[in-house]
Amino acid sequence: MTPRVTLAMAARVLAQLRRDHRTVAMLIVMPALLVSLMWWMFHESPGTFDRIGGPLLAVFPSIIMFIVTSVATLRERTSGTLSRLFTLPMAKLDFLLGYALAFALIAVVQAAVVVSISLYALDLDIRGSAWQLGVVAVLDGVLGTALGLLASAFAATEFQAVQMMPAVMIPQLLLCGLLLPRDRLPGVLHGVSDVLPLSYAVDAVSGVARGNGFGDGAGSDALVVAAFIVGALVLGAATLKRRTA
Amino acid sequence: MMKNAVTCRDVVVVRGDREVLHGVGFGLATGSVTGLLGPSGCGKTTLIRAIVGLQAKVTGTVEVLGLPAGSPKLRDRIGYVTQEPSVYGDLTVRENLRFFAAVLGISSGDVDRVIDAVDLRSHADDRVDRLSGGQRSRASLAAALLGNPELLVLDEPTVGLDPVLRRDLWELFHRLADNGATLLVSSHVMDEAVRCDRLLLMREGELLADDTPDGLLASVGTSDIEQAFLTLIDRKAGAR
Repeated sequence: MTPRVTLAMAARVLAQLRRDHRTVAMLIVMPALLVSLMWWMFHESPGTFDRIGGPLLAVFPSIIMFIVTSVATLRERTSGTLSRLFTLPMAKLDFLLGYALAFALIAVVQAAVVVSISLYALDLDIRGSAWQLGVVAVLDGVLGTALGLLASAFAATEFQAVQMMPAVMIPQLLLCGLLLPRDRLPGVLHGVSDVLPLSYAVDAVSGVARGNGFGDGAGSDALVVAAFIVGALVLGAATLKRRTA
Repeated sequence: MMKNAVTCRDVVVVRGDREVLHGVGFGLATGSVTGLLGPSGCGKTTLIRAIVGLQAKVTGTVEVLGLPAGSPKLRDRIGYVTQEPSVYGDLTVRENLRFFAAVLGISSGDVDRVIDAVDLRSHADDRVDRLSGGQRSRASLAAALLGNPELLVLDEPTVGLDPVLRRDLWELFHRLADNGATLLVSSHVMDEAVRCDRLLLMREGELLADDTPDGLLASVGTSDIEQAFLTLIDRKAGAR
């Protein structure tokens, strides 16, 4: 792995995104728009929005980042540019980290927008600090990116990559505690939710929202999310093959 | 004796449950331009991918610049052009080349040199997906020229180009070879054969001939390469 190559990758991915206004709009505006939709839906019962608003800040960014990343890297494979990169001095981790870094920058902007709108426009009532909420929202966006990079290694076409969304993200969405608190899930499902990354993403956000700062439980959930990010990237590098049939 | 830039011995490649290369062997002399000719589907791209280290399930020996094919140390010494242009359509020619130069760790001054080499100066700041097919494949070729690689492996680089441009590119290939680079250029167009120092004729995963153009014509007793190819196929069928 070489920092020069990783940074060149990240800069290139950002240069491509700059040309693709619709994707940038999708990445930055969509989570905020979806949270606003939920706020409107529960307009008559603001208590409900305060309960689910936090988890939504984890769920929407990670799902949207997942979709965009998994297709973006697949496009690289089907266009032949991945073959070229793999005949050049590019480590597999350079490739993955380049994408992760570029999308992490997007995640920062995305989190800033969705957190500001939630707190200041939609009056989401949280007890924790706004910056910690922001940090966790960024982590959750990066989690979506890392999982998307890993998933794209298992998809052979863009068609298959899109199908990874329902296969990988929806079960996590159902079990992460957004629809039903995790401790009220049947025992087996609770056990399953304990090993799913999105559960910790939601726990971290909910923790901060409830007023448990990083020193008080939310920090360890955030660390678990960070560990999942590293794990997904390392696993992604291990499954990405230079030589193919 | 000049050392070979590429040496293949008994190369067998299996894809899925089909064997697509059945024991191919040849050498590429350093500083030569070799044409890899054969019909579409005969295994040219598979052989090329084995040489640049992207093909799985390769047995036999593939030695490139004295190292086993695919060695990490080869990655800044080989230029590879895939059959479909492998550049980013949403970036300009120059942005593409700057990126590949950064990956190679060479100065972006080289970018202008390769743009001129493929005659894309007037389109350097156009997005690649707005270019014609021929311009796009030249952009892809330009990326492979960055950093003056010792070995250039080009998979059908002249498809769809007009005759003048094709002639210019072949002149470029020979200039590169004169400067010491070794080139392997695949094509399914037989009339490009005369432009090569040496020819590998391939069909159904086997080499039918490995000779100079003149040597091939003399040994088969025909006056053009296409006819020589057909005669070799007939002879082989007769020998069975």
